[in-house]
Amino acid sequence: MAKTLFEKIWEKHVVKTIEDGPSVLYIDKHLIHEVTSPQAFTGLNNRGIKVFRPQQVVATADHNVPTLNQHLPIKEELSRKQVEALVKNCAEHGIELYGLGHPFQGIVHVIGPELGITQPGMTIVCGDSHTSTHGAFGSIAFGIGTSEVEMVMATQCLMQSRPKLMRITVDGTLKKGVVSKDIVLYILSKISASGATGYAVEFAGSAIQSLSMEARMTICNMSIEMGGRCGLIAPDETTFSYVKGRQFAPQGAEWDKKLADWKMLFSDADAVFDKEYHFDAADIQPMITYGTNPGMGIGVSDNIPVAETVHESDRSGLNKSLAYMGLKEGTPIKGQKIDYVFIGSCTNSRIEDLRMVASFVKGKKKAEEVEVWIVPGSKQVEAMAIEEGIDKVFEEAGFMLRQPGCSACLGMNEDKIPAGKYCISASNRNFEGRQGAGARTLLASPLTAAAAAITGVVSDVRELMN
Amino acid sequence: MKALTTIQSRFVPINIENIDTDQIIPARFLKATTKDGFGKNLFRDWRYEKDDETNPHADFPLNQSQYSGEILVAGKNFGCGSSREHAAWSILDYGFRVVVSSFFADIFKNNALNNGVLPVQVSEAFLEKIFAQGPATELLVDLEKQSVTILTTGENESFDINSYKKTCLLNGYDDIDYLLSIKPAIELFETERR
Ligand code: SF4
Repeated sequence: MAKTLFEKIWEKHVVKTIEDGPSVLYIDKHLIHEVTSPQAFTGLNNRGIKVFRPQQVVATADHNVPTLNQHLPIKEELSRKQVEALVKNCAEHGIELYGLGHPFQGIVHVIGPELGITQPGMTIVCGDSHTSTHGAFGSIAFGIGTSEVEMVMATQCLMQSRPKLMRITVDGTLKKGVVSKDIVLYILSKISASGATGYAVEFAGSAIQSLSMEARMTICNMSIEMGGRCGLIAPDETTFSYVKGRQFAPQGAEWDKKLADWKMLFSDADAVFDKEYHFDAADIQPMITYGTNPGMGIGVSDNIPVAETVHESDRSGLNKSLAYMGLKEGTPIKGQKIDYVFIGSCTNSRIEDLRMVASFVKGKKKAEEVEVWIVPGSKQVEAMAIEEGIDKVFEEAGFMLRQPGCSACLGMNEDKIPAGKYCISASNRNFEGRQGAGARTLLASPLTAAAAAITGVVSDVRELMN
Repeated sequence: MKALTTIQSRFVPINIENIDTDQIIPARFLKATTKDGFGKNLFRDWRYEKDDETNPHADFPLNQSQYSGEILVAGKNFGCGSSREHAAWSILDYGFRVVVSSFFADIFKNNALNNGVLPVQVSEAFLEKIFAQGPATELLVDLEKQSVTILTTGENESFDINSYKKTCLLNGYDDIDYLLSIKPAIELFETERR
């Protein structure tokens, strides 16, 4: 019988299915971080048990770490305690930790792929909703809550109901100035922030296949913003050559064996999805959000919509959103003054993002009143940026290159946007207060964010490219 | 986990759609290493002006004394966004055992069920009917019968829950107990797939 990519992976991981209930799903890799793990370790300790398969767990500190002076003790007491608890828990349970000061430290969804921990065909979970990122490799990867973190620690399994299956096909060629972040913001604007709830979403089509691994990760990363349980892309030569040779990638005969398995990972031609969407890459412009959920996006040169034209699911919330954002319906978003620019987060903090921004800003200077934070996704990304001289380009432009962590993506550490200020952000969520209480977030691609950094206002990057 | 069978109580209405977990519990309160005490920060930034507890927003239902009870009723797509289980903990710690909405985000739904909080998904029409009720109206949520009733009018609707989760909740079992009990099967699975 014809099967989808998702089904092929899922079926290989079902230990047992409970009648009219969930399946017991075996988890290959479990990624943990300081914020959603402490209560899970406490749960295990209360039960008097140890982590079942510590070699399949990898830990890092990312969510609340400072992005300046990481060599100093963390000033904020509660953040410090969380990080210390992680160090202690990992030591007690024999878990590999890439904590502060380690050359592999970074945002959990950046380091998994770059270290070759993330591989096609796997099941991967983490107590963070953007675990969907890893699906770019053709794996089933999704975010879980802390009780589930405890379950996986205790048994390497999870109770999961199989989601419905959706395929989103994007064919065609992207226009100048349009990048993968724009694709996903465009899809979101069409299907809304709840359009994929209950579904595993496979992204397919020539526009997706033409993307690099890092660009694919940006798309799968935001599948959770559509409500998707996970997002995935069939692995191909691009995937295999990305994985090959990385720290924890299979080697030698093991590589050949894995590669043969991975080549079987695609949706069969006549596989059936519960829902399908088709989009044309040529219709996509550089995108930006104007509201308080990631589905509220428009082309950067378009006007902010009026109630009648927004997605039905956002209609009733439009006024509340615009009031929070201090924006007016029916007016252009281009020209809106910007106070902060944040390029970082597991959506857009990889080396290609930094290269893209650097090649655009080289020789340009930021607008005076704008503060620009570039936060690399990992120590390795940071090291590459320095090696390639990207740090110098940023310095000359007046951008601040900080140290790796989640940073202003969720404003858990000191990196907060002040109330009422506008931040154009290459991250993934524009919820009220996400980047700090009262902060106003406009989501965009790193390129569109960089354009605003130069002009000080929301700009169409295409007009600034030569 | 605390068992749940029937809940009869007044409800607190928050008639807003797409309530994300950053609103339920803002990130700055995620620094605790225990599960307790999150209730006081539930909907923190909607409850207080400029984070000031002495300055509550008078028009927010959690601050209005006419509303009380163990049931939270909210607009469509409740609990979207982050996977933080702190959202479910804060709802439970505040005193809610049931959340009624016309649509729930996946991860929130799991997190709620894993903490003995029942997500009750009703039709949009029925949700509107509940919102139209006055603050003295009680709702009856019966998990065994899988039904929710507006006691003043007698109108009711049934809701879905898979039978495994239902049994867990009725008895207060959690998934970890079950998974630990089938460990031999998990070990067998591991050896067979090698
Ligand atoms: S960068 Fe943001 S979205 Fe990504 S893991 Fe960190 S907090 Fe979550």
